[in-house]
Amino acid sequence: MTAAALPENNFFNAKKGIMSWLFTLDHKRIGLLYLYAILSFFLVGVVLGFLMRLELLNPGQDIMKPHTYNQVFTLHGVIMIFLFIIPSIPAIFGNFFLPLHLGTDDVAFPKLNLLSFWLYVLGALFALATLVFGDGPADTGWTFYAPYSVKTGTNVTMSVLAAFILGFSSILTGLNFIVTIHRLRTPGMGFNQMPLFAWSLYATSWIQLLATPVVGITLLMIIAERVFGIGLFDPSIGGDPILYQHLFWIYSHPAVYIMALPAMGLVSEIIPTFAQRTIFGYKAIAYSSMAIAFVGYFVWGHHMFTSGMSGTAGFIFSILTFFVAIPTSVKVFNWVATLYKGSINIEIPLLYMMAFIFNFLIGGLTGLANAALAADVHLHDTYFVVGHFHYVMFGGTGFAMFGALHYWFPKIWGRMYNKARANVAFALLFFGFNMLYFPMLILGIMGMPRRYYDYLPEFHGLNQIATVGSWILVSGLILMLANLLIGLKKGKIASANPWNGITLEWQTSSPPPLHNFDKLPELNEGGPYNYPDAKKA
Amino acid sequence: MNASNFVEGVDFSLYLILGISIFFLVGITTVMIYFLFRYRKKNNPVATNIEGSHTLEIIWTVVPTLLVLVMFWYGWTGYQPMLKAPKNAIEIEAIGQMWKWTFVYPDGKVSDSLVIPVNEPVKLNLSSKDVLHALYIPAFRVKQDVVPGGDNMMWFTGQLTGRYDILCAEYCGQLHSYMMTTVNVVERDAYDTWLVTEPDLADEHPGFTLLKKNACNSCHTFDGTRLVGPSFKGIVGRSETVIVDGETKEIIADREYIIHSMKKPNDAIVESYQPNLMISYENIITDEEMNLIVDYLETIK
Repeated sequence: MTAAALPENNFFNAKKGIMSWLFTLDHKRIGLLYLYAILSFFLVGVVLGFLMRLELLNPGQDIMKPHTYNQVFTLHGVIMIFLFIIPSIPAIFGNFFLPLHLGTDDVAFPKLNLLSFWLYVLGALFALATLVFGDGPADTGWTFYAPYSVKTGTNVTMSVLAAFILGFSSILTGLNFIVTIHRLRTPGMGFNQMPLFAWSLYATSWIQLLATPVVGITLLMIIAERVFGIGLFDPSIGGDPILYQHLFWIYSHPAVYIMALPAMGLVSEIIPTFAQRTIFGYKAIAYSSMAIAFVGYFVWGHHMFTSGMSGTAGFIFSILTFFVAIPTSVKVFNWVATLYKGSINIEIPLLYMMAFIFNFLIGGLTGLANAALAADVHLHDTYFVVGHFHYVMFGGTGFAMFGALHYWFPKIWGRMYNKARANVAFALLFFGFNMLYFPMLILGIMGMPRRYYDYLPEFHGLNQIATVGSWILVSGLILMLANLLIGLKKGKIASANPWNGITLEWQTSSPPPLHNFDKLPELNEGGPYNYPDAKKA
Repeated sequence: MNASNFVEGVDFSLYLILGISIFFLVGITTVMIYFLFRYRKKNNPVATNIEGSHTLEIIWTVVPTLLVLVMFWYGWTGYQPMLKAPKNAIEIEAIGQMWKWTFVYPDGKVSDSLVIPVNEPVKLNLSSKDVLHALYIPAFRVKQDVVPGGDNMMWFTGQLTGRYDILCAEYCGQLHSYMMTTVNVVERDAYDTWLVTEPDLADEHPGFTLLKKNACNSCHTFDGTRLVGPSFKGIVGRSETVIVDGETKEIIADREYIIHSMKKPNDAIVESYQPNLMISYENIITDEEMNLIVDYLETIK
């Protein structure tokens, strides 16, 4: 099966020169531009996180002063949330693979797509500019809670402006995907014939489109307050800090599903390929994405259980939050059931998906403890929450993204990475990740608040374990990226379909030609994952 | 017996959820790993396309629904009693500011740590002088945000004598992690004695007492190290570059300047420090007390 050389017509050599990349309208190139940009920011975020863990190795000052630490965790949060995890899967893999999955040649609005990318770059530049202008990066935490964010002298306005611009990039990508999914499916492909990744992007896009404007408005309100002194959130000039929290979380909670749903889509995509059988419960998985997106709009109040919220509001927000667990657990059960009576190839991408399920289970289940009013009073704003959301965001979405990178690597670049090295990197990442974040859950139950530069002696041991975990995690990350980079240049030429995948992207050559398909792709009979070689149930 | 009346409800809710969670985590992971090996290609060369099962979908929708309702319920019943303090609770004002807690007792006693009698309900009326804080007593399993301009409260009954940490759980700036004090749960008679005992300040300069009482030393050190504001060491008579209406200006930090800065801190900020972080003490500290403070500052060179 192994071809001797890359296909002559592929999107890499279709056009030449730097301008052909910077102003490309090809969804695949835009996806790759996002990949390089987003991964670069991810690495910056990793370095900041690594420095935080070093500072927390021992109580007292290790390597930086409190003010610097506060700026570092703020910048870590802003970069990881706005520049990495929100755009990550939709902007990279959504852009690259959605049109391929739908059997079409591009997204609905290629120019808008390019604009989204450049807005992303502009927003990122603003975020970076906070480093060099004025009194340095914001020290407010990525949540920019008022009134501290109104009072501090650091560069809050510019950070907020960055988030505002990035929001537009996100809105436009969402809009583009919704129209693409509605209008550009290949002839014969109904909604229930779409790959589940497309379904998850569809649910995500609606959140991007409808929730992001709220944070845009909120961020403008902060600027109005800081620059013009209009009392909106700061009580000393007549505002209400709780109003800010509501507005912030009305966006930022649904945003959690912008981060998680596409990852779930990847899992639904990758497990059937390596089980060589159809997905268990296609409709349950597809519709549960929509259910999560929908319920996700109404649960923001669970970030504010200790803010002085009324009992009635607490009751409603708590029970609604618990309801998110139901469609989520439906997905997990269906994924595991998809392994049943499969003919499983245990390959790197599948291992990442298994790690996703394990980490995501811990992330989701610890979320239940935060959803329960009584338990949350104790756990709110402690390291338990830090552990919880890193399990969801990094252990879940991050691992899904790494898995997808290994899964689609041969499709994007037409080459294969070294699998032995990839295995070692995976093991380091999985072990290091859990060693880093599991102790945080215990620290939280013991009562260590988050955003703490210094801590009481009883928290020392677990903090040390976490910091050592961060070293293992980072070495795994370096090995994984180095292995992929080497594979990019020197990897063996891969066949068009090395995993025996069945969705449409595997019908075209690797790397795909500029217009994706030389001939109209053939729809798979009986559903997108109905493997023809497998037995009928 | 638990440290507070809320420990039982909170811990039951938490450990019930953790128990159910561990069961599902271990169960699902085990099944997943078992399938991975049982159905690997070597053991099962031909896969079977099973499209799903309505029975299973119903089971694994209904069972989680029932479980989350149970978890929700115990979360609610553990939380509900926190919402309303008993009428006979001792009311204490708890004031947060960067980066100090102050407690004001009904008879006017002021303390920077909390002392409460055992087995008697205590209600804290929470207020903040500047930004958000959250009063958190991990051992008591209680936490409530302290919102400027808001009127939050929290209550609890200490059930075991002893000293427990009070932490700030809502990020509040540079020294957030140092904003801590303790709650000392004592027998009723020890509490009564404490209430009427004035701290022994005989040797202490009244100006120094005022600086501590108003948390000035959270931001201004006595030993010359730089924190959020300029150090007190040698401040009186020091020449400083300040910013007035955007223009830099050389001044001597004399009595007049220091008192003016306590009243209107943003009028003339020393260069390289940030405005808006210090609140005005115009209505908090009297002119007479301000003079006592400057008297004290003159003594630290």
